[in-house]
Amino acid sequence: MKARIIITLKRGVLDPQGKAVKGALTNLGFDQVKDVRVGKVVDVELDGVEDRAQAQILVEDMCKKLLANPVIEDFSYTLEEG
Amino acid sequence: MKFGVVVFPGSNCDHDCHWAVSHVLGQGAEYVWYQDRDLTGLDCIILPGGFSYGDYLRAGALVRFSPVMGAVREFAENGGLVIGICNGFQILLEAGLLPGAMMRNKNLRFICEYIHIRVERTDTPFTCLLKEGEVLKIPIAHMDGNYFADETTLATLEANGQVVFRYCSPRGEVAEEYNPNGSLENIAGICNSEGNVLGMMPHPERCCEALLGSEDGKKIFQSIVYHLSGVGV
Repeated sequence: MKARIIITLKRGVLDPQGKAVKGALTNLGFDQVKDVRVGKVVDVELDGVEDRAQAQILVEDMCKKLLANPVIEDFSYTLEEG
Repeated sequence: MKFGVVVFPGSNCDHDCHWAVSHVLGQGAEYVWYQDRDLTGLDCIILPGGFSYGDYLRAGALVRFSPVMGAVREFAENGGLVIGICNGFQILLEAGLLPGAMMRNKNLRFICEYIHIRVERTDTPFTCLLKEGEVLKIPIAHMDGNYFADETTLATLEANGQVVFRYCSPRGEVAEEYNPNGSLENIAGICNSEGNVLGMMPHPERCCEALLGSEDGKKIFQSIVYHLSGVGV
């Protein structure tokens, strides 16, 4: 089982990187860009996991304990078989 | 008395901290390897600056699980003095020994320069020889020093007087233009509610000798010694 975890800054937390990227995109002529938030992706390969339910529990635990900092970050994830 | 300077893989201010307390102040000091769990005989633990674990994931995030941090937590819970400087501050936040988190600097750049901080509290072990409102000239060197906490946490910090240092002008004026990194309320250093754990982004160990441009950092280490031994050094 593979998990793709996406970590983003919480809404309301200023994202200086996102702001800089938005500025650059605007300079390039992408006037349609309203806002940009930069986050990170962590791909985790799991082994010996029985089912999706167990994988969900594991991934959420990992995110809460280490991968995301709950003070400033939110996380979401998708699971993929194989 | 004896200081313990923790050495993580990637620490790079450990020798400066050791020098400041041993050579400049003439106190006992020893390095504590990050795999150690024994802090017996130590009076104050210094978590030095640097890039522990390469700042992987988030600055300070991976250190929390190193063996020495369990001992540091216990040491702090028993009232022992712990000072985290720069990366050491980031580690204290990630480990939950201090509230809040560090974000990338507002200007997205690594900032390495002398700045000024105002002393907000003088009743802590780290600032007992300083005067309230005193301005220290002290260097910063960081990429992630933009202090953030949610509104409730921030209000609690202010209500408890846990903000120990704020970025300011050379004359002590706290304003956004003297805020180098975007920290909320110009926060440069905070302590826990008990007052025995301090985190600060500026580097006192880098300004303990006139040759280095300022001796203001020495006052922080002198305060610690005075608090613990009642002796001025």
